Amino acid sequence: MKLKRLLICGVAAVALAGAAQAEGVKVGMITTLSGGGAGLGVDTRDGFLLALKNAGDAAKQVELVIEDDQQKPDVAVQIADKMIQSEQVDVLTGIVWSNLAMAVVPAAVAQGKFYLSTNAAPSQLAGAGCNPKYFSVSYQNDNLHEAAGAYATDAGIGKMFIMAPNYPAGQDSLSGFKRYYKGEVANEVYTQVGQTDYAAEIAQIRNSDADAVFFFLPGGMGIAFMKQYAESGVGKPVIGPAFSFSQDILPAVGDAALGVRNTAQWSHDLDNPANKAFVESFQAEYGRLPSLYAAQAYDTANLLLSAVAKADVADADAFRAALTEADFPSVRGKFSFGPNQHPIQDYYVREVVKEGDVLTNKIIGPAMTDHGDAYAEQCKM
Amino acid sequence: MLLAEQALNGLQYGMMLFLMAAGLTLVFGVMGLINLAHGSLYMTGAFACAAVAAATGSFWLGLVASLAAAAAAGALVEVAVIRRLYARDHLDQVLATFALILIFSEGARWLFGSFPLYLKLPPSLSGAVVLPGGLHYPLFRLVIIGFGAAVAVGLWWLITRTRLGIRIRAGEADREMIGALGVDIARLYTIVFALGAALAGFAGALVGSIQSVQVGMGEPVLILAFVVVVIGGIGSIKGAFVGALLVGMTDTLGKALLPGLLSQVVEASSAKTVGASLASVLIYVLMAVVLIMRPQGLFGARG
Repeated sequence: MKLKRLLICGVAAVALAGAAQAEGVKVGMITTLSGGGAGLGVDTRDGFLLALKNAGDAAKQVELVIEDDQQKPDVAVQIADKMIQSEQVDVLTGIVWSNLAMAVVPAAVAQGKFYLSTNAAPSQLAGAGCNPKYFSVSYQNDNLHEAAGAYATDAGIGKMFIMAPNYPAGQDSLSGFKRYYKGEVANEVYTQVGQTDYAAEIAQIRNSDADAVFFFLPGGMGIAFMKQYAESGVGKPVIGPAFSFSQDILPAVGDAALGVRNTAQWSHDLDNPANKAFVESFQAEYGRLPSLYAAQAYDTANLLLSAVAKADVADADAFRAALTEADFPSVRGKFSFGPNQHPIQDYYVREVVKEGDVLTNKIIGPAMTDHGDAYAEQCKM
Repeated sequence: MLLAEQALNGLQYGMMLFLMAAGLTLVFGVMGLINLAHGSLYMTGAFACAAVAAATGSFWLGLVASLAAAAAAGALVEVAVIRRLYARDHLDQVLATFALILIFSEGARWLFGSFPLYLKLPPSLSGAVVLPGGLHYPLFRLVIIGFGAAVAVGLWWLITRTRLGIRIRAGEADREMIGALGVDIARLYTIVFALGAALAGFAGALVGSIQSVQVGMGEPVLILAFVVVVIGGIGSIKGAFVGALLVGMTDTLGKALLPGLLSQVVEASSAKTVGASLASVLIYVLMAVVLIMRPQGLFGARG
């Protein structure tokens, strides 16, 4: 009797495994599709979908489920649990915000799922907390800020006022900036996450002796700040990571953003064939210019497709090896993974310009080349 | 100079909270109703302003629309839902008005989408002006302070000098008695509710112009408005005014000064993060202190 039951279980298990193999790879995307941060998630989703569409038949191996996390960590955790337990996804992706990533990623990889980050890459997951199943396809959180620090140093700015929200990515941001900025930090301010009124901070900027302002305020926070900063008439030059001058945000900020220097690993005018094809097809499909988030998600989907073509996701080691090779045409030109599975890539300084009636970014020069991250050596895999 | 600018910021924030809290405290005091949907009326005003300003190109028409739309929504909600709740206990009122929040939010999402809208200020109101003493300050924030002060004076006049004001005060003191004296209580309540709604909608439009107009924008402000009402004393316009300024000043000056003060005692980098976190709980500390000293609030009549 016992033997018979064991046999049935064994047969069922084999049948299940067989079924999983035939299905290809099931991907769960958790991203922000409502509220002030919706623009970021919408571009993440659209970039990912575009890559699948452009891949044609190869994308038939990929089954995608998408859910809205409302920018709330508890909602993201619920969705992740549902995707892992009842929908049985193999790979998770799409989270925009680092606090959400910290709530979801460690548990997901502990349950044996792959996580490919399209954006958030907190330092905790790059150093001692790195994991063989976790890849960041975007950057490490500090990177764009490090590039901004390097740029501020190169531009010879003596004193900076620096500001970020009080959450993991905000703290990473300011430490990243300071790591490569050789001048003096006149003032360092932490704001609340989701803050919409920056009058108190702008007063501090006005009264500090800083020569320029560096700020990291992603999504709606940056729009509110830039609009209020323009109204205040302070007029000190502004430097930032690309997040607050990304294509999804520029129309809302308006002319207040003109001339602002910002740093990124990608720009729509980056000259390589993969990028040209991406920007053209994105415009044709959605009728707007792609943002950084769309570019990152597009690369993530192509990385996934390259791994699916080489290995079965059920064989975790082979699949991981295929991902590590990063054998896909990145819209950033060159792209490879460092030892902690975070990118080694170039960073650029961009300037906000007006092309016709459309505000957009133009590359004005390199900020850093073949740059990895500061946490790689703490990662023991 | 920095302190003067921060004080102005606190004043502006306080005025905005007053516009919210005035309606809330009236409804709370006169009708004995806890209206959680007050934040939704704030959002309604902001969306009405954004939609009308976008359609007509006139910010001023948008402001008028915010008053009208919020008042209309308020009157509608009073007649359709709130009227049935006066006799019920507070828990039923909380439940029903919470349902209204969900209906308003989903309605706004359905009409306007999840993306935030941004209002463009007219050139005559944008930019900074130089104040006596050489302080540069955004003009529109001064305008908000002016609007807030004007509303405060107007409400004071309405409550103390007009027939409607006498009825409102009488309704607050003894609603059965003024009903017996022949005042149409149902109509009075609709008017008070619409008035409170219009002020909330106006506040929403003003704040939406410097920040953003989005679904759910009313709830964080609603919580602060309740703090203001509790500090000022339920039903008291004067209390709402003083309470709003107190909360506005405490929050703004706390955020501006606390990290600096803390860095005298603890190490700089942790002072920044701890200071920022402490500043955000400061108003609740203020509320707790006021409640310990005067449980009925600063100007509250009822014990």
